[in-house]
This record gives sequence, structure tokens and C-alpha cells, in this order.
Amino acid sequence: MAQARQRAGTLREQIIERALLGSGVISVVTTAAILAVLAVETVAFFREVPLSRFLADTQWTPLFADKHFGIWPLLFGTLLTSAIAIAVALPFGLLAAIYLSELAPDRVRRLLKPLLEVLAGVPTIVYGYFALVVVTPLLQRVVPGLAGFNALSPGIVMGVMIIPMISSLSEDALHAVPMTVKEGAYALGAGRLETLFRVTIPSAFSGITASVVLAISRAIGETMIVAIAAGQQPRFTLDPRVPIETMTAYIVQISLGDTPRGTIEYRTIFVVGAALFLMTFAMNLFSQRMARRFRKGDG
Amino acid sequence: MMHGHESRRRALLERGFHALCLGAVLLPLGLLALLVGDVLVDAAPRLSWDFLTSYPSRRAAQAGILPGLVGSLYLIGLTAAIALPLGVGAALYLEEYGKRGWLARLIEVNIANLAGVPSIIYGLLGLELFVRALGMGRSLLAGACTMALLILPIVIMASREALRTVPNTVREGAYALGATHWQVVRQVVLPLAFPGILTGAILSVSRAIGEAAPLIVVGALTYIAFLPRGIDSPFTALPIQIFNWVSRPQEAFMVNAAAGIVVLLATLLLLNGLAIYLRNRLQRRRYW
Repeated sequence: MAQARQRAGTLREQIIERALLGSGVISVVTTAAILAVLAVETVAFFREVPLSRFLADTQWTPLFADKHFGIWPLLFGTLLTSAIAIAVALPFGLLAAIYLSELAPDRVRRLLKPLLEVLAGVPTIVYGYFALVVVTPLLQRVVPGLAGFNALSPGIVMGVMIIPMISSLSEDALHAVPMTVKEGAYALGAGRLETLFRVTIPSAFSGITASVVLAISRAIGETMIVAIAAGQQPRFTLDPRVPIETMTAYIVQISLGDTPRGTIEYRTIFVVGAALFLMTFAMNLFSQRMARRFRKGDG
Repeated sequence: MMHGHESRRRALLERGFHALCLGAVLLPLGLLALLVGDVLVDAAPRLSWDFLTSYPSRRAAQAGILPGLVGSLYLIGLTAAIALPLGVGAALYLEEYGKRGWLARLIEVNIANLAGVPSIIYGLLGLELFVRALGMGRSLLAGACTMALLILPIVIMASREALRTVPNTVREGAYALGATHWQVVRQVVLPLAFPGILTGAILSVSRAIGEAAPLIVVGALTYIAFLPRGIDSPFTALPIQIFNWVSRPQEAFMVNAAAGIVVLLATLLLLNGLAIYLRNRLQRRRYW
């Protein structure tokens, strides 16, 4: 009797463990499903459009009668806005990290750090509104020939959004540099700035790199800011003043219309999605590897 | 004399650099304040009870955000109902069960990677998997399933963080009293980790409220004049409605967009406040 109850108990324990494992496996299935969905539609796309037309054409016009499938305009749009974002976020994020990790008194740090994190928590649709309604008109007074939709304004706003991504991971990296290393520099007669620039920052280099790569990946995948403020004109240009279209904004544009399933237009969003996935995935892997290196403590 | 000059120069340089670094923190925060202030000013003429209780309209001055607000509330409720059990379950497995197995390691690496996938890719997954393959159509349920997958990595990571704060001595004490593995987890670990799990859950769900991109891909409607009647109903959400208004050329709709943003931010603030309040309240009874 007691034995039977015990056996039932063990069975119950096993079922529960399996169920918990099952919920963990869902995340693996999610990854597999993402890969499968992107792969199936991408293969179907390249059956109709040869890879050469995708890579060797500089026009992207899948919705026109004269269809071109060159990925470069969308890729340039994405790289342009991301580059502008990083140009803003890198100096601010790095200096903020230095301030929070090395200079700020503990009380100030505890107040400012969560406030800075708020920047990354504001919904991107709000930043999009800000870029279109506030920043673009402001910039138009300074930058001659700036169109109502452009890469510059959403790029800058996106940069503000990703400052905390750079600052928080870089701060961890700077913080992880052992005190003994810094003290060694001080003992050799180095000042605070010399120690910071010649010892602390170089020691934290892999962590800082990890944060920057992660931020780039985030900027590449960012959607709503560019969908609202950058325009919908895939253009093979690096001019930040004219309307362009990013990869993410293209997916939004097609999703808003009714493109029937199975058409080549429908498949383009998966091809663009697959390219986006590959780019961000490679960057995230690289960033994780770099971050692991600084956590292990060998610079 | 030379030496004094040099050290004064150095001190000045240090102070200048200090100011520069502080500026790098304060300037973005100032920009954020400017943004919120600007939105409030823009929104002021439209912020009224009517705005909250009206349906969208072709006439900007009569348009309201009701379907977006209700849609968002349904959506996050449903998203939470799907993501929380799965997320907490996965966290329990990783922290309390399969700690060193290869499967646990695979799940762990995988979660870290999923967390970096752009949200719009989840939209593509939801479109093919939930909307088409599983036949849910462009419904509230399809949107919630997509959002649940999107926030799952965050829920898992937050729950694991909370589980890790429970000291091992407590587990060992329970085992010493003859409790089985699940009894330890269910009656000792989970109650102790609950405040942390709850806070993490609310914060993850609040991420879902602001997301627009995956919902657009899954097919949330941008113009809707009714409330969702069930989980298979078409729907819209706050950020989608805002996006729709922002995309229109007429100035009047921009005011609506600003008012919508205020509603969205207020909802987020409310949820985050709730999370902090609950954490402080529940954490008062600590046992260690």
C-alpha cells in the first residue's frame, strides 16, 4: 500500500519534470521554427529569382511591373541608419559607462543608472513619432536639403535609444577590471585619466566591443522608428538627407498591404527577413563570445 | 613651479573630462524629458475622456483609442497567460532540475540567442505558424501567441534570476524533512521566489505592450470600429493605432498620435509602478 503510493509519487515527480522540460524545449522549437519558416520561403523565392539578381542588381522594385530584386538599396538603408545610430550611441554610451563605473559617487550612480535604462524601455513607436515630428523639423533648419523623410533623423533618435545598451554592458566590463591592475598603474605614477585610457579601457576592450556589436545588431533589427521617419523608397545611396527604406521598414510596408500568399512579393519579406536574421544572429554570437571573454577575466 | 603648473593642468583636464562624462549621461536624459514634454503638449488638446471611449474615425477630432486600448489589454492578458507558465516552467527546469545536462545547456544557449532576434522576425514566424499553418487567422490569439514567444526569453531570464536568490540552505532543509523534489520546488522555492518572478513577469509583459512591428506583420488591423469579441476576433492595439495616425499626412491626426502615446506611456508607467509596489510589498516577509 505504502509502496504503491510511493510509486505513484515517483511517477508524479517524473511527469512534472517532463512537463517543465517541455516548456524549456519550446524555446528550442521556436528557434527551429524561425529557421524553417525563413528557409522554406527563401528557397521558394530563389527558385523563381536567381541569386545573381538578388546580389548583383542595385534596384529593389518587387511591387512594380518592372521587377528588380537587388537587396543593396535595402541593405544600404539599414546600414546607413545603423551607422548614424552608432555614431551617436558610441561616444555617449562609452562616456556614460566611464562616468557610471569610474567617476560617479555611489549614490549618484544608483540614481542615474536606472534613469538611463529608461531610454531603452520607451516603446519604439514613441521614438518614431519624436523623429518625425520633432527632430526632422529641427534638423531641417540646420541641414540644407533635408527631406521630410530621411535617414539622419531616425538614425540619431535610434542612437539615443541604444545608448543604454552600450553603457550598461561597457560599464560591467570596466567594473570587472581588477582594482589591483588600476592600483598598479597608480603606483607607477599614472594619473586618473592616464590609468583610465591606458589601462582600464584597454583591459575592458572585449566587453566594450561586445556592447557595441550588440548595439549595432539592435539598430539593424529596429523597425518602427525607421518605418515612421525614414520613408519607403528603397534607394541605392548613402546620402542621409533623402528618403530611403530599411529592410525592416520594407517588411512593415508589405505587411500593411494585402499581398496574397504564395506570390513573389509575399516571399520577398521572408528573404529580407532571412538576411536580417543572419546579420543579427552573427553579430549576437560574436558579441556573446566577446562578452564571455571579459567575464572570464582575460581581457 | 613647473611641477605645480603641470599638476594644475592635469587637475583641470580631469575635471573637464568628468564634466564631459556626466554630460553624456545627462544630455540623453534631457532629450527624453524633452520628448515626453513635447508629446504632452502636443496631446493636450485631444486628451479627454471622449478620446478613451471613442472609436477611430475619419474625422480626427472625433477619433478615439478605445479599440486599441481594449485590444492591448486583451492582448497582454492573453500573452501573459501563455508566456508565464511556459517561462516559469522553463526557468524551474533550468534552475532546479536539469542543471548540468546537455539539454539544459542547449536550452540555455538557445534562449540567449532568441533574446537577440529582432522582433519583426517573430512577426514573420507568427504569420506563417499561427496565422497560416495553425489556422488561427489574423486573430487576437495569433497575436498573443507571437508576443508570447517574443517575451518568453525575457520571462525565463527574469524567473531564473528570482529562483537564484533562494538560498540553497532552504532547499536542503526541506529535503531533510523528507520532501520530494517537486514538494521542495512547489512549497518552498516557488513561494520564496514569487515576488521576483512576478516583478520580472510584469516587466516582460510591459515590453509586449509597446511592440508594434510583430503585430503589423501578423496582421493586426489599423482601422477597427468594434471591440474584440473573443480570442478569434480581429484586433488592433495601442501602438498599431498610433502608427496608423502617425502615418497620415494630416496635422490633426498627429495630435491623435500624441494623445495615443500619452495613453500608451501611462499604461506602461502604471504597470511598472505596480511591479515595484508588489515587489516592495511582498518582499517584506523575507525569511533570511
